[in-house]
Amino acid sequence: MKGLDYSAAGFLRAAAGVPLVVPAPSLDASPDLAPSVVVRDLHKTYGDVEAVRGLSFEVAPGECFGLLGPNGAGKTTTIEILEGLLAPTAGEVVVLGRRWGRDDQAIRERLGVCLQQTVLSEKLHVDETVQLFRSFYRHGRAPDAVIRQVELTEKAKARVGTLSGGQKQRLAVACALVGDPELLFLDEPTTGLDPQSRRQVWDIVNDFKTNGRTVMLTTHYMDEAERLCDRVAIVDHGRIIALGPPRELMTSLGGEHMVEIAVSDGDAGAAAAAMEGLPGVRAAHLTAGRIVLTVTEPHLAVPAALERLRAGSWKLSDLSTRHASLEDVFVSLTGRHLRDE
Amino acid sequence: MSELATDGRESTRLDAFLALCLTRFREFFRESEIVFWGFAFPIILSFGLSLAFRNRPAETLAVAVVAGPQAAGAADVLGHAPLLKATVMDEEAATRALALGRVAVVVRPRADGAVEYRLDPSRSESAIARARADDAVQRAAGRRDPVPVSVSEVREPGGRYIDFLIPGIVGMNLMSGGMWGVGFNLVDMRMKRLLKRLVAAPMRRADFLAAHLTMRLVFMVIEVSFVLGFGHLVFGVPVRGGLPAIFAVGALGALCFGGLGLLVGSRARRMETVTGLMNVVMMPMFVLSGIFFSADRFPQALQPVIRVLPLTALNDVLRAVILEGARLSALPLPLAILAAWTAVTFAVGLKLFRWS
Repeated sequence: MKGLDYSAAGFLRAAAGVPLVVPAPSLDASPDLAPSVVVRDLHKTYGDVEAVRGLSFEVAPGECFGLLGPNGAGKTTTIEILEGLLAPTAGEVVVLGRRWGRDDQAIRERLGVCLQQTVLSEKLHVDETVQLFRSFYRHGRAPDAVIRQVELTEKAKARVGTLSGGQKQRLAVACALVGDPELLFLDEPTTGLDPQSRRQVWDIVNDFKTNGRTVMLTTHYMDEAERLCDRVAIVDHGRIIALGPPRELMTSLGGEHMVEIAVSDGDAGAAAAAMEGLPGVRAAHLTAGRIVLTVTEPHLAVPAALERLRAGSWKLSDLSTRHASLEDVFVSLTGRHLRDE
Repeated sequence: MSELATDGRESTRLDAFLALCLTRFREFFRESEIVFWGFAFPIILSFGLSLAFRNRPAETLAVAVVAGPQAAGAADVLGHAPLLKATVMDEEAATRALALGRVAVVVRPRADGAVEYRLDPSRSESAIARARADDAVQRAAGRRDPVPVSVSEVREPGGRYIDFLIPGIVGMNLMSGGMWGVGFNLVDMRMKRLLKRLVAAPMRRADFLAAHLTMRLVFMVIEVSFVLGFGHLVFGVPVRGGLPAIFAVGALGALCFGGLGLLVGSRARRMETVTGLMNVVMMPMFVLSGIFFSADRFPQALQPVIRVLPLTALNDVLRAVILEGARLSALPLPLAILAAWTAVTFAVGLKLFRWS
């Protein structure tokens, strides 16, 4: 796989709707199992607005698959179509080997769903809420055990209205888990939560995964996608612009390190252009006034870059290095940041 | 690993239905507003209105006697008459007192022995005061009644204002219980995406709505018993119809307004929308349907419209059954009106209903 560059090619490919696809390494699940989710050429239109414009992907059993993209990319629409809550305008959706519209109850028995920002009944207690959801599933898990798993045992008798944001979200996840699902859908599971609550939710999802179950989630946090997902589809304007395991997508940038440089005077754009072709530098790009270098070998690239700045009499005001992230993949493909919108 | 295992229990459709009913019950009694409007408010209202409209003993009325040579004698005669209080004042003061309503009638004894009454004929207390004053004047002058009369006093419950009011409050409670308890509640759950979350689970939609209505009937029994029991025990309001008939009417009323609530809340996604719709639907019935005073007071031309309103029909049936002990078979028209409203609102409400 050739490294992504910051030249026009990446933008052109994204604009043409040709996704960057990195093949996944073979998964633990046996290959002869039917995929948990199949989506082919999915479209959804609201009036004049095309929210989803031709998505196709498959989720294998035992896999955690993420839809990563900015707000308004069509992630929630896609996952709600998969959950059988919205009807697609066109395209094919198969969930656990079945299609929505025939015996939906049988599909729902095997799904766990956590919607984006559901407000559960404030007057109910935590245990009453989980018991209610347990009653909907023929077979499921003991509510007490699920409450223990999401670490809400101390709050079992508390009213939902008195819980913190993180506790409410864990309760929502408990309601999704209590039916003992084969496939768990999580729509923005940690949006708006504090770092500790986010880690708690991630631990619960990882527990579920290690049990061999399938997870599909949406997020606009790259760290969440990197931490939880075996594969991610990066979605922008209703299309997949990249698909593959997070690490592979990041290495596809051509370097695993990013060097950011700020210059206090002089033409930063010219400085960025001057960085092209330096030793260890795979690409150079100007974003939000900062020069961003995709780098394979920082120990070569950084001295060379400093030398080039001195030679061009640009004044260095800041320099930092970090590992490449999915955010960089998104920026390289779209020229925008995930949370620009 | 056992933590993650299934609990080995099989949950049936009945379990789900009962869990939904129990949830509704808990939400209802943990909502302090509902407890206030359903239970405290009817009591406060009954006390307040029974004070304002209590059956008062006949009131002593003030009359003015215009000052003059015969004034003292006339005042003496009127002052001894029952339920009259006479005051001598000059012409100008008497005119002003009548205009301000401080006296009900002005009496002017003339020099020739005749008596002149001045009064506003549109004021009923003026007519009563004139009759009482005239009676006293004529008797003092020696009138004898040719027909002997006797009066026996009765004070039977059933005809008092509070007796009229309590069945009206039962009807009003059934209306607001159905509209708020079903309509508003569904919109609230839709806005919080709770309806969507529920249908994402293998919950049967029909079970959810059935549980909602079942619990409305349970709350109806509690609310009707409470208000009627209160009226009966505290004010001695007669309950002449059988309880099965009363609760059957209550059930029909609860379903009818549950259906109306379902219709009003079938699509709205905003609080403002549903609150506005509820006011549009409930306000006319609050005024027209005979909660606080008889719907017969409105002009004849409006009666056909008023009679087909569900709350008018419900209040008529409740009063007939509770106060008169009427049989349901004697009330086919209002019962048919209620049944028709129930059928239409459910049919349209379920068709329009959206879960997200």
